[in-house]
Amino acid sequence: MLGSQSSLVLFDEEFSNITSILEKLLVEANAKALFLVDKDGQLISSTGETDQMDTTSLASLTAGNIAATGGLAKLLGEKEFSVLFHEGEKDNLHLSLVASRVILVVIFDQRSSLGLVRLRVRKWNEELEKIFNSLEKKAKEKGAGNQSFFAEITDEDIDNLFR
Amino acid sequence: MSFINYASREINLKIVYYGPGLCGKTTNLQYIYQRTAPEAKGKMISLATETERTLFFDFLPLSLGEIKGFKTRFHLYTVPGQVFYDASRKLILKGVDGVVFVADSQADRLDANVESLENLRDNLEEYGYQLEKLPYVIQYNKRDLPNVTPVEELSRLLNPGKVPEFSACAPKGEGVFDTLKAVAKLMLISLKKNEK
Ligand SMILES: Nc1nc2c(ncn2[C@@H]2O[C@H](COP(=O)(O)OP(=O)(O)OP(=O)(O)O)[C@@H](O)[C@H]2O)c(=O)[nH]1
Ligand SMILES: [Mg+2]
Repeated sequence: MLGSQSSLVLFDEEFSNITSILEKLLVEANAKALFLVDKDGQLISSTGETDQMDTTSLASLTAGNIAATGGLAKLLGEKEFSVLFHEGEKDNLHLSLVASRVILVVIFDQRSSLGLVRLRVRKWNEELEKIFNSLEKKAKEKGAGNQSFFAEITDEDIDNLFR
Repeated sequence: MSFINYASREINLKIVYYGPGLCGKTTNLQYIYQRTAPEAKGKMISLATETERTLFFDFLPLSLGEIKGFKTRFHLYTVPGQVFYDASRKLILKGVDGVVFVADSQADRLDANVESLENLRDNLEEYGYQLEKLPYVIQYNKRDLPNVTPVEELSRLLNPGKVPEFSACAPKGEGVFDTLKAVAKLMLISLKKNEK
């Protein structure tokens, strides 16, 4: 796990690797849409039929859902529930944890099935974990690698945000 | 925990409004929502009881502009203030980048403020955070009501560390944006410091 105060930093290379995994998973699982969400509720990446969706809200509610379920797990003496499934009339939601720190959201309808989604998620989960574990290492080595950028922020930049 | 995405050039920061039940946390977010241009805000989500008490959280995403070519997004959350929702409160604090403590200025809510502030410290400590080390501001809300504790006294009791403090009347918006700006500024300054 990252230290409590450190940030999640995503670079171009990992971002495109993540996106290409999501695209493969989308096809293989016959899913409608996929989201990768930080446990704190921030959207990392998405693919599929996301045009009509409020992706920011979706990310925040997913994280809330996982947080609440995680709280329940602890109460029962479980470390976490690593998979959640919500069944709707048309669309279903499959939530799973990647490397204990990001949430993979799969939205699917009757074109797919829970069994297929579960199988494909399990297959790609490992690849995603590798990326997030290496990101963690990279962030530590580089000291997040963004010294120059943040050091250059001026008070004026900050004030300008609120004009 | 901030999230910096070099690929999409975005910075995401999480602000949590904390404070005793009915102090006006949700009202702060509602005012911000009403007064923010449509293109700068997302949908406000309120997970509330039928009597409009916060049950889990309120959520409001704001995207105010760019810093050095990075879109700066703030995710505002409120916690449920009622004492028995402590488990949920703790969950919302996870990954927080900045805290606004909203105090209820009414004299009979003095103890509730003190208790809530202690509860905030305890819950932060469970994640290994220290309030003093976080970007943090205080708001004394409900200044429009008749039986309020003087600001000096509230400040002495609730703000020994002398963080930025603001008087407010949230439904009218007084002090609401000043509070938000102050915490946002502290968060960006702290990003800058941490990365040096
Ligand atoms: N007079 C006055 N009323 C206020 C002020 N701020 C909030 N209120 C009212 O206080 C009540 C509670 O406000 P909320 O914003 O829902 O309180 P909360 O802190 O979110 O409460 P919980 O969700 O239970 O934690 C509402 O009826 C508000 O209109 C204020 O500055 N002055
Ligand atoms: Mg509320």
